[in-house]
Amino acid sequence: MNTPTKTDAFVQFDRVQKSYDGETLVVKELNLSIGKGEFLTMLGPSGSGKTTCLMMLAGFETATQGDILLDGKPINAVPPHKRGIGMVFQNYALFPHMTVNENLYFPLEVRGIGKSEREGKIKRALDMVQMGAFGNRRPSQLSGGQQQRIALARALVFEPSLVLMDEPLGALDKQLREHMQFEIKHLHETLGITVVYVTHDQGEALTMSDRIAVFNDGRIQQLAAPDVLYEAPQNSFVAQFIGENNKLPGTVEDIADGRAVVRLATGEVIAATPVNVSGKGQKTLISIRPERVEYRAEMLPEGAHTVEAEVLEFIYMGDIFRTRLRVAGSDDFVIKNRNTLDQRRLKPGEKIRIGWAPQDARALDPL
Amino acid sequence: MSAEATSAKGGPASAGTPALKASLRRAERKKRRGAFLLTLPLLLFITVMFLIPLLGMFWLSVANTTMTSYMPQTVKELSTWDGKDLPPEAAYAAVASDLKVAFKNHTFGRVAKRLNEESPGAFGLINKTTFRTARLRTPPASWKDEFVKIDKTWGEKPIWTLLKRESSVITSDFYVAAIDMQYSPEGKLERVPAYARIYIPLFIRTAWMSALITFLTLLLGYPLAYWISRLPEAKANLMMIAVLLPFWTSLLVRITAWIVLLQSHGVINSILVGSGAVADTARPQLINNSLGTVIVMTQVLLPFMVLPLYSVMKSIPDSYVRAAISMGAHPWRAFWRVFAPLTASGVGAGVLLVFILSIGYYITPELVGGQNGQFISNRIAYNVQQSLNWGLAAALGTILTAVTLILFLLYGYITGNRKVSIT
Repeated sequence: MNTPTKTDAFVQFDRVQKSYDGETLVVKELNLSIGKGEFLTMLGPSGSGKTTCLMMLAGFETATQGDILLDGKPINAVPPHKRGIGMVFQNYALFPHMTVNENLYFPLEVRGIGKSEREGKIKRALDMVQMGAFGNRRPSQLSGGQQQRIALARALVFEPSLVLMDEPLGALDKQLREHMQFEIKHLHETLGITVVYVTHDQGEALTMSDRIAVFNDGRIQQLAAPDVLYEAPQNSFVAQFIGENNKLPGTVEDIADGRAVVRLATGEVIAATPVNVSGKGQKTLISIRPERVEYRAEMLPEGAHTVEAEVLEFIYMGDIFRTRLRVAGSDDFVIKNRNTLDQRRLKPGEKIRIGWAPQDARALDPL
Repeated sequence: MSAEATSAKGGPASAGTPALKASLRRAERKKRRGAFLLTLPLLLFITVMFLIPLLGMFWLSVANTTMTSYMPQTVKELSTWDGKDLPPEAAYAAVASDLKVAFKNHTFGRVAKRLNEESPGAFGLINKTTFRTARLRTPPASWKDEFVKIDKTWGEKPIWTLLKRESSVITSDFYVAAIDMQYSPEGKLERVPAYARIYIPLFIRTAWMSALITFLTLLLGYPLAYWISRLPEAKANLMMIAVLLPFWTSLLVRITAWIVLLQSHGVINSILVGSGAVADTARPQLINNSLGTVIVMTQVLLPFMVLPLYSVMKSIPDSYVRAAISMGAHPWRAFWRVFAPLTASGVGAGVLLVFILSIGYYITPELVGGQNGQFISNRIAYNVQQSLNWGLAAALGTILTAVTLILFLLYGYITGNRKVSIT
């Protein structure tokens, strides 16, 4: 999806700041435009400001500075119950004293929607999440996954054009979580709603999002589509936070034509793609994804640099082999190889040479 | 594994078989024995210090052993009396003989006192009759004539009706008195004259004042508990300490402090008069009346309302109300539709706790209640300590206990679960 321009943004954060104590900023100068129908994920470690941003959008927190616009209109002064934004909470927040039907009835009732219309809407919403048969149950009689579906249906039943989700899958087990990720994604696609999704789980963010905003320290570190974020992280934080990442510290020897020559701590020289390093002599951190590292000479691209490595540990993980190496003085260099018929299992103590395509080695800022 | 394979001799018990149940029972028995031993000291304590006195109170409220103990012959003679005419000569003789023994044992006073409780004037009659019969050297030709000579009441039926009624070991007399009723001289149940009705009005006053106090504690306690439950942990703990602070001060000290505040030349009245809001001659009476009882008991019982409310509210996450608001409900509506219903069990527990504590309260109404702020418990204390009518005190106490129990069960029934939580 294309980055929306200022004019067609559905949700817009304009230089938004938030402070709870008047001393430190939890959110610093946030600018973010979300397009209509987009699935945008705010991803970051806890305390990075992502949930605060979501709560400001929902209206439960007020921005200390700056404007939040919804469909072009500033909503800072609009109370949360008049914003018409659907919301799914981390603990589902299903009303325990009401049945599933009554839970879904609630948003329709407060909107004064007629009785005949309500039933149809409730039925549609429940069918949407495959919970049509559970209308008369109480939330306590449902499993976690079922409660999650009901919470989703309740947030969607009044047909909001924007739905916020605050770590909605956090309490589910891994299998169910992955299953629900696809369901939410499909619902988003079918309904054409705009979703702002908060999570600290990068796998979840990569699976579901059109774009991901990586938060750290109150700022967006990078805002990009999942593949861009994963393959072309803009700084060491993003590289480190998204997916598994090997980092090799070094010094820039030379930069020319989009190629950098980097001398590693042990004196070996490799080629890398400069991302946010600019000059010779600068300290840098080379980031290489484990699955882009190759140890078989015949598989290496032409002209690739290779470095010495010693196998420290081999872990069999089913679909992949995870091998830990010592490379250029660092003990936590990991490579991943698919468990294919021709794949060899490396043995600890073995000496090998590893290499990669220069564009997969990204020279980033030293953390 | 199939059930056949495991149910073989010596193998592990399979699901649903008696063998499994038996082994479960064995395993549970040890746990139960441990639990029993741990609670045994408390169980013994409660039995000795609570259950037995409670049963004792119940027995006192129906026990009527005076006649059977000290007038055994009379009891025996009157058991065959049909109650239509005056009893036969043998009954008079039996009374005389019993009174002689009673005189010797100095027990006739008890008989006189007991009968006087039921029929004022009987005290004098019994004393007089005892002394006169004791003085007789030789038995008279007719005890009946002799008795009528002593007092003509003996020649009328009511005293005999009374004696016969009191001959039974179990009596409802105390309960009859406790609900402001009495036996007419003819032995019929009737209400006491309006001026003498004490207990029913007192029960009603105790109930409605307790209801008022409960309502006021709810009114004051609910917003307070709500506010504290929404505070961050550290501040909330501090506030709860403030709520519980009164428990660390003697109740007497607190009541005395209230007296200082509320009395007619106390702090509040002085401020009112000093500021000119009230004329010096028109100082409001804030204490030694029902108003004083309500004010002080509301303060004293407030923590008992706040505690259960707080513990329930604390367990309700913000996200419920937030979810309701995000769905378009005005914050007030979200509160009434979502938050308030979820606190129902806390309200129930708090109301029940405060009301039950309140209807049995003694010390506060005693000290600040004056005339019209007294509770039933003050009257029970009066019967125990001053009029020494323990039977009546026990009957009143038993009624109070029964009312409390009924309320408790009613609450359990209304809330739909048998367990009533007071935490």
